[in-house]
Formats: sequence, C-alpha cells, structure tokens
Amino acid sequence: MEYKRVEITPEANKLLQELKQQHGEVIFHQSGGCCDGSSPMLLPKEDFYIDDNDILLGEVGGVNFYMSHDQFEYWKHTHLTVDIVKGRGGSFSLDIPTGYRFLIKSRMLSDEENNNLNP
Amino acid sequence: MSYSAPKFKEKYGNFINGKFQDPIDGAYFENHSPVDNKLLARYPRSNEKDVKNAIEAANNAKHEWGKTSASERATILNKIADVIHENLETFAQMETADNGKSIRETMNADVPLAVDHFRYFAAAIRAEEGSATELNENTLSLIINEPLGVVAQIIPWNFPLLMLAWKVAPALASGNCVVLKPAEQTPASATFLAEKIADLLPPGVFNVIHGFGPEAGKPLASSPNVDKVAFTGETTTGQLIMQYASKNLHPVTMELGGKSPNVFFNSIMDHDDAFLDKCIEGAVLFAFNQGEVCTAPSRILIQEDIYDEFIKRVIERTKAIKMGNPFEESTMMGAQASSDQHQKILEYIKIGKDEGAEVIAGGGAAKLDGDLANGFYIQPTILKGHNKMRVFQEEIFGPVVAVCTFKDEAEAIEIANDTMYGLGAGVWTRDAHQLYQIPRAIKAGRVWVNCYHDYPAHAPFGGYKKSGFGRENHLMMLNHYRQSKNMLISYDKNKLGFF
Repeated sequence: MEYKRVEITPEANKLLQELKQQHGEVIFHQSGGCCDGSSPMLLPKEDFYIDDNDILLGEVGGVNFYMSHDQFEYWKHTHLTVDIVKGRGGSFSLDIPTGYRFLIKSRMLSDEENNNLNP
Repeated sequence: MSYSAPKFKEKYGNFINGKFQDPIDGAYFENHSPVDNKLLARYPRSNEKDVKNAIEAANNAKHEWGKTSASERATILNKIADVIHENLETFAQMETADNGKSIRETMNADVPLAVDHFRYFAAAIRAEEGSATELNENTLSLIINEPLGVVAQIIPWNFPLLMLAWKVAPALASGNCVVLKPAEQTPASATFLAEKIADLLPPGVFNVIHGFGPEAGKPLASSPNVDKVAFTGETTTGQLIMQYASKNLHPVTMELGGKSPNVFFNSIMDHDDAFLDKCIEGAVLFAFNQGEVCTAPSRILIQEDIYDEFIKRVIERTKAIKMGNPFEESTMMGAQASSDQHQKILEYIKIGKDEGAEVIAGGGAAKLDGDLANGFYIQPTILKGHNKMRVFQEEIFGPVVAVCTFKDEAEAIEIANDTMYGLGAGVWTRDAHQLYQIPRAIKAGRVWVNCYHDYPAHAPFGGYKKSGFGRENHLMMLNHYRQSKNMLISYDKNKLGFF
C-alpha cells in the first residue's frame, strides 16, 4: 500500500491541469502568515527558489508540493488534501485570476500512515 | 444608527500620471461585497503594459518631486489628511462595504488612524534633520537624506485605507513617487482616495494599479525601474518578491504576519476592578476586525492558577459579541473578507477539533438572516489545546483564538517564543518586574504591555523572525524610503602625502 502526505481532489486537479497547460511547469509551495497565507501557492517552477530549507511532501497531479522545514515541524502530523473554493484570493498564485482558490483540507495521519511515511 | 454602502460607479480605471485610465487590454474584474456578496463595481484587470505605464509616469515625476521642499510635501500631506477627514463617513462606509468589517471600527479606527498617519508624517518631515559632524578639525561629514525614487507598494485587504496610509504617507513624505497595488479583494478606497487627491499631487507622483497578483503584482515587484518594493502579505509571496528584488539588487521591506501570544499572569485577578475588565477585553480582542489582523492576539496564554476563573469571564465576553449587519453601529463583528477566507477558517476549526482541541466558544459559521445570509460570517471561536497544535502555529486570519495555560514565567516565555513568527505580543500583569522583563524576553517587534491593538503613528511596528523585517510607522520609517548621502569634506590644504 502506498502512503501519501498530500493528495488532491478531482476538482482541484482539473484546475491544476488547466493551469499547467497555460503556464508550463509549476510547483506548489505552502504559504504561512498574513492575509492570504496558510494557503498553497501555485507558482511557475522557474520562479521560486527551492533549496534544503524546503521539504518535498509529495506530488499531486504531476506537481511537486513543498513546504518550508520549520513550517513542516508543526504540520507533520497531518495529511493534506488540495481542494478548491470559489473566491477572490490574493497573492501571486497562478489560480487567482480563475476565480477559484486552492485550499488545504487537513486530517490527522493515522499511526499506520505515520510509521510508513518518509518524510 | 445605521449606514449603507456608498454609491459606486459601474467601473473604475487605474490612476496613472494624475488621470484615470482604462486598462490597455480592456479587461476588468468584479468586486463583490463580503457583507452580502453583491457586486459593488468593476476594476481593471491590469497586466504588465499598464504596470509599465505607471512605473514610467512615476519615473518621469521623480526628479521634480524629489526636489520639492519638506514644507511643500508636508503641506500636501496635510491636505490629503484633510480630504480623508472631510470624507470620513464615505471612506468608512466604503471600507465596510468592501472588506466586511463593522462600521464602528471603520468610523473609529481605520479612517481616523489613516488621517493621523498623513498628519504625523507631514510633521515628522518638517522636524527631522540630517547631520553634520566634524570628524577632525579639517574634515566635515554631512549626511543628507535623499529619496530612493520610485517605490512599488503592495498592500493587503484587511485594512485597505490604513495600510495604504502606512505605506504611502512616509514614501511621499520622504520625496518618493509611488506605484501602489491594492489587494484585488479591496480596490475601493484607494481608488476613491485617488479621485479626491488627484489635484493635490503632481501627475505621476501617486499611481494606483489594480489587478491580480500574478498578472499585475509580479511585473510591479520584478521591475528593474522601481527602486524599492514594500510588501505586506504572506511568507511565500514575500520570498518570491525578495527573489525578484535580488535580481535587481533592490531593497525591500516585508511584513508577513504572525501568531501573536497574549500572555495573562495571575496578578491580573488580584482585584475585580477596571483593570481586570480591561484584561478581559484584551483577551477578546482576538475578534477585533474579525481576526483579520497580522498582529491578531491569536494565542491566549493564561497562568494555570487563574485559568478557570479568567477564561469564564473571557467566554462570557466573547459570547456577548454582537454579530450582524456590519453597517449597524451596534454590530461589533462583521463579515470575513471573502468566501475563500471563510472556508479556510472553517477548515482550521475542523483540524483544531481533529487535533483534540476543545471548542469552548463558537466553533462554526454564523448564519445571519436576509441579504446577510449570502455573506461570510464566522462565530467568534475559542479553542483550548496546546502550543504544538496547528491552530496554535498557523495564522488563521479569522475570529479564532487558541488558548493554553502556563505554570510560571519561564514556561510563558518558552510557549510565547515557540512559533515561526514574531510580530506582536501582549503581556498583562500587575507585577512591576514582569512588566519589563517578560516583554524583553519575547521575540517580537511590538509587545503591548497591559494593552493591545493600539496603533499610534508614533510607535514603530514590524516583525522578528518570519514575520519579516523593516519597520512601519514612526519617523524611522522615513529611512526605509531614503538613501543616506554622505558628503565627506576636507578643509585641509595639505595633500595626503602618498603620491
């Protein structure tokens, strides 16, 4: 059985594939902080500098999903699902002009998942 | 007393070079009110072409504007303050319609604070000086402050007019031209201000560009033709803007939010008096502006021996928060700013429950009647848990507070500092030693001591850790928008003697 930290709903994946078509290679980076924070940001792959301070949580719809290490310390006990919600979010995320916003839904990881996940 | 949304035009333009201009490609976006989800007006969906025009206008204006005297700029800033003051009610109604916050806050906080901010910087620029130092008997060092030139400013939606004032007033005061991008959720008051002050400023000194982050924000933040980027928002976009700035070697300031601890020591319960009443309100201030404040006191830390008694009073006061039509003066808490924020907050309440937090007040969406049924309302919510839970670590940006207890001073400081952020904090005590020592030990840029959510223009504001860097408010802000020119002058007739 395959264990995953992060998954995506079919509706969110449909939007993601459209945005990939439009913008080419993209990544998700989970944001923290003010206003439009605490949301996953979809950015052109070449735009956002990823290094050892980021952790790759997995792949959704063919797109890598990253989070900064210090944020992960507080998130690591939860499973994430990328969904969408209608709304006018802010930020530089590529979904903003579509009128939909990517949104994280979370649940606690089970003991079994926790024991089998890396990271 | 009851107010209503002001009348909007069907659509608005960008404000570039002293005039309203249609977006070049003719695209607009709809701006809906979170109060009832009704359409307010349409604003330009700008792209890099519009941004380029605005930056060009600002660059054309910067030389003349940079040469104006401090007294000329101060006079104009005071006139801007007067205009906002004369239109206080319209600005307040506009902010309530656009953002969803209650009219009692926009009338008494957002708009008057914006007025004061322009007046403060009008005064500061007159009183402030450079320096002249005699380094030795023949050498004089002069420090002259010079404007940077063109400043790009990207502001959030939680205090649309006030965040504009925080950024625009010091930038203009120090002689810069501005290209401002308001948040796409709240474009109204920046546009209204531009209408009202169009004749006060030379063309190109103040420009407003509307649109979406990836389409208008990115070309603005990455332009080699601006001299600085000032941003308030979240961490990922903050990093992105710093990367763009690094390509151009441009300075930036960042204000990126927080998860501010509000710490209550047991001495507050020594007497049941006006001060205790103030402490209870201080805890309930998590619901101020629907919790949509970077410095929201979103973690309450209570000394364990007073927990039961104190939290009982805090819950009572929280349950007395009157929700309702944000345009009613008696309404204490209005709507969240957008549907996606509304949904995000509900997701956080859910994960808080999953993590084992106990809901001790609120705990879900608030259902209001009539037209308001389509608005985005959340009950003020208190979750009891521990500091490692996600609801204690992430900025929910809603009226949701996470409560935990501490044993002693050491544990209070440890919990307060166990966070990625360091923007605000509150310390409440009657103990004279704690009044000084605890704020010094908390790693945050602003520690309110026996108060909270006070934002005078004269006190510097900004973050430690991942809350960003640079400061806003206070005259030290002027130097975030200036270069220091040093003229090193020799009055010695003799050569150095090397060659």
